[in-house]
Formats: sequence, structure tokens, C-alpha cells
Amino acid sequence: MASAHSRMRCGEFRTTYQADMTIFPTPLARRTAVGSVLLLLAAPAVLDSYLLNLLIQIGYYGIAALGLNIVVGFTGQISLGHAAFFGFGAFASAWLNGTTGIPVFFTIPLAGAMTMAVGLIVGIPAGRIKGLYLAIATLASQYILEDFFARAEWFTGGSAGAMANPFTLFGYEFFTDQTYFYVVLFYVVVMYLGGANLMRTRDGRAFVAVRDHYLSAEIMGINLTKYRILSFGISSFYAGVGGALFGHYLGFVSAEGFTLLLSIQFIGMVIIGGLGSVMGAMMGTVFMVLLPEVMEFGVHLVGSNNTALTQALAYIKEMAIGLAIILFLIFEPDGLAHRWRMIKNYWKLYPFSY
Amino acid sequence: MNFDLLIQLIVNGIIVGTLYGVVAMCFVLIYKSTKIVNFAQGEFLLIGAWTCWALLVKFELPFYVSFPLTLAFMVVFGILLQVVVLRPMIGEPIISVIMVTIGLSMFFQALVAWIFGGYTKAYPKVFETESVNILGLQIESAYIMSMVISLIIMIGFYYFFKYSRLGLAMRATAFNQQIAQSLGISVKHVFAASWAISAVVSALAGVVIGMVNGVSSALSFIGIKVFPVVILGGLDSIIGSIAGGLIIGVLENVAEFFDSQWLHIGNMYNIAPFYALVIILMIKPYGLFGTKDIERI
Repeated sequence: MASAHSRMRCGEFRTTYQADMTIFPTPLARRTAVGSVLLLLAAPAVLDSYLLNLLIQIGYYGIAALGLNIVVGFTGQISLGHAAFFGFGAFASAWLNGTTGIPVFFTIPLAGAMTMAVGLIVGIPAGRIKGLYLAIATLASQYILEDFFARAEWFTGGSAGAMANPFTLFGYEFFTDQTYFYVVLFYVVVMYLGGANLMRTRDGRAFVAVRDHYLSAEIMGINLTKYRILSFGISSFYAGVGGALFGHYLGFVSAEGFTLLLSIQFIGMVIIGGLGSVMGAMMGTVFMVLLPEVMEFGVHLVGSNNTALTQALAYIKEMAIGLAIILFLIFEPDGLAHRWRMIKNYWKLYPFSY
Repeated sequence: MNFDLLIQLIVNGIIVGTLYGVVAMCFVLIYKSTKIVNFAQGEFLLIGAWTCWALLVKFELPFYVSFPLTLAFMVVFGILLQVVVLRPMIGEPIISVIMVTIGLSMFFQALVAWIFGGYTKAYPKVFETESVNILGLQIESAYIMSMVISLIIMIGFYYFFKYSRLGLAMRATAFNQQIAQSLGISVKHVFAASWAISAVVSALAGVVIGMVNGVSSALSFIGIKVFPVVILGGLDSIIGSIAGGLIIGVLENVAEFFDSQWLHIGNMYNIAPFYALVIILMIKPYGLFGTKDIERI
């Protein structure tokens, strides 16, 4: 009875600060995380390339979405220019690898660092302005960077786009979906562990303090300007790494792919997943990547020979994303992560939920 | 230096600027009374212009019928939008409110593109358009008409806020919601009314631009261009939005001129306002006429 009791606790009772600060709140959560990564290791052997492609998409978008969650969810700053950073990372990695010949293995984090530098510059207005004004400033930076992509031929290849070499390690090319999946999985695990750890550090707590009440945070000695700009930098680092993975996966980076629409999708991922939740970013990404696929499936189910409907598919997908954002904000503003917590709590307390 | 071209461009800028001013005014109207930043302002123009186009071309109604019908439709549309989508968002954090309007913008842009297609369509000739020579400048009469309409709208706004009952109620609500409510003003109705007015006037601007340039999804970009305008003028200032509209309208044309003459960077027409926006935010975040937020602990 005693052992059963220790397994089925009716809550998380932490008695030390160490216990409160662990990455995984419970042993079960740790085992689930490790188990799901191990399960994913077997995925290339089992899944077909369509599903693998979706998983890879979830991987690189998920890294960028986590970056956005750091700036929006944890620091409370609004950024409408995340797609531009994502694109900058893709171009930077392709450019570094193409001009200097540094192996792709190193250019991906280097591209992240370059994007971080850009993010720190773009984040400078965040030191002075906040909320709505910041949203508009980042909107402007989105358009300015987009314009830069179309113009800077030495860097992006201009309107023609840039070629990105495949990922290589020790002379072995990760060219297929099956092999590239492991690269993406590696980065996802590293970046998500990094993100979860960031929130346990002094800087991470400072971010949350800035979000919760910036005046109180400042009075407690937190340098507001420093942390606001820093959170932009870290978020751009994530976007840059995600973008670099995206670029080397497709092998070709075009300036047209990083529009405001993608920025909106990133914010959609963060909101649907849950602001201020590391795993929420992943849940939101899964939702956002799968939603267009589900729409496509639905349209084919209704009538695959209905040409008017299949031609409108692109619009239907876009409408579905817009509608999903609106509906989530009205009915579930705390996102999927909150819903997941509620389900967990329900089972933890079952059948005596009060 | 091509002096004639510069003057022509500045005149163009003033004409476009008055239209920006009108759209910015609608934006400020919503922001002032409901504290909502409307990223879907451009879609109001788009929907208005397409509705009028559909009534004119598909249903072959005369202009004097289809135009009032469009405006009536926009009243209903604006009120419905406020009641169904934005009323539940009262009291939510600012990012949620921003994202809801962005979601709306995305949804309606796709919906309109689905219904009407992605190509530019010309309006049927409603008024005769010809080039008029004013002080040696060639100006199309359609532009003059658009400018006159914009000026009428601006004067109308002035009298509406100064003398009408609803206008005064809106100003009271913008000043302080609680006090307005205790004076017997229905804040709910004011919110709905401000969305309706904003939608109607934006649609009017959309129809005017559509008549001059044809309708396409590019119309909704004006909803984005409004941001440099309102930031320059001050987010909560009606006068500021007109001044900002004129300045940004002239600025983008002058930037285009300098670019074509000397700089050769390209695309300056669309990008210059955003550079201006960033600079204004760094120097004077509350714009020319906006009220400064003072925070007390």
C-alpha cells in the first residue's frame, strides 16, 4: 500500500528549492521525455517519408517557436518579425557554408550567432518601448529585413535565392529524410533542454520578472534594457538555428518564404501551445504543422474531383490558421499546455477532484 | 535634378497622404474608444471595395444603389465583428487583442482572395476621368475627386465629434470609460458604433482607391502602411493621423524620387515609411500629437 501511495500522489509536494527547480517536475515526466526521444530514434525505420517530412518540419519550426516563446511568453515582449530572423538564419548558414567552406555542422550554430547579432540590433527599440509600440517596431523590422533579403545579392542571392549544401559530418552526407531526421532531432533535444534550463537560471527568472511586472523588476535591481534586448537576442538565436536547419533540409532558400504570414504562424504556434511554456511551444508547432495537412485531408475527403475546392486549398489552409488563432484566443487563451495540465490534474486527483 | 517631377510627386504624395489620413483616422477612432489595435484595418478597405465591385459588376446595380448598400453592409459587418469576436477580448492582455485582429486580417484576406481571385480587377467607369491641368501639373480628375471625398470625410468627422450626441459619447468613453458609464452612456454601444463607423469610412476609402487603381489584395497593405502614419501622428490623435498621413504620403514619394535620381536602392516607396517608423519610435515614441503615458507606482 505504501509503495502504491508513493506512486499515486495527489499533488506535487516540493519541500526544497532544488526540487522546485528541476527540469522535469516529476520522475514520470522525465521518463516520458527520455522515452519519447528514444521512440523517435526509431521513427526513420518505421515511418514513410511523408510522415518523416512532417516530423522534420515540426522539428525546425518547433525550435524557432521556442525562441519566440522566450521573447513573447517569458519576457512579455511582442515580436511580429520572427520569420525574418528565421530566414536570416537560413541565409546565413547557406552563405557561410558556401563562401568559407566551413562544414554545415558548424555553420548552423554560427548562423544562430549571426542571427542573434541581428536580433540584438533589432531588439534595441525594445529597450525603450514596449507592448503595442514594440509590436509595431518589430513589424517594421520584418519588412525592412524582407526588403534586405530581396536586395542583398551577395548574401541571399537576391530574388534568385541561395543554394544550401546538405548537412555533412565526417564526410558522411545527411541527404535523405531518414538521416536528416536525426540531425533535426539532435538539435531539438539540445535546444529544448537549453530552453528549459534557461528558465532555471538567474537570467531566465529575470525574464519572467520583467514579464510579470516590469516596474517591480526594475526596483529589484533587474536591468530592464539589458534583459529586454537579451531576450530578443536569445530568441533570434533559436530562430537562426531553426532557419538554418530549414535551409539545409530544403537545399534551397528563397527570399519569398519569410513573410509576415510566417511570423503570424509562429505567434500562432506560441499562443495555441501556451504562452510561457517550453513544451507548449512544441505542442503549438505540432498543431500548426498538422492543421494544413488535416485541411488538405478534409478537402480530399469532401471531394477530390471537386476542382473548385482543391484550387481553393491554399486559401482554406490560410483561413484555418487565422480561425484557429481567433478561436483559441477566445475559448482557450492559455493554450494547449494549460489544457494538458488540466487533464493531468484531473487524473492525478481522480476520482476526488476537490 | 528634375524639378517638375519632384513637384508632381509631392502633389501625388499629398493626394495619397489624405487617403492614408482617412484610414489612419479610422484606426485611431477604434484605438481611442476601445483601446484595440486593429491590424485588420486594411481588410475593411478590401472588403468594402470588393463588395461594391461585386454589386456593380456581378449584380449590375447602378452606383447610387450599390454604394449605399455597401456602406450598410459595412455597418452590419463592423458591429458583428465587434460583438462576436472583440467583445470577449475585453480585459485580455494586449498581445491577445493584437493577435485576434491579426487572425481576423489573415482570415478575411484569404476568404476574399478565395471568393474574388487574386488578380486586380478594374472598376466600371462610374465617373468620367480625365487629366486636368492645374498650375501646369497634370492631375487626374479621379485623384481630385478622391481628395475632395477625403476632405469631406475629415470635416464630417470634425463635426461629428464636436456636435453629435454619439460623437460626444465616444469622446467621453475615450476619456474615461467608468465616468462615461456613470453618466449614462452605454459603453457597449459606443464600442459597436466605433467599429461600425471605422468599417464604413474605411470601406469608403477602399472604394475610392478601387475606382482609381482597381481592386486587388494589395489594398490591404494600406492597413499596414497605416502604422507609420499613426505612430508619427500619435496613436490617439485624430489631428495627428491626418498630419501623419500627409507627411508619410509625401515622404514615400520624395524617397522614391531621391532613390530614382541618385541612390538607386530600389523599392524605397514601400520601405521608407518603415525606416521612418523605427526612427520615430526611437526618438519620439508618442508621435507628434499623442499623449504621453506617465506611469506611477
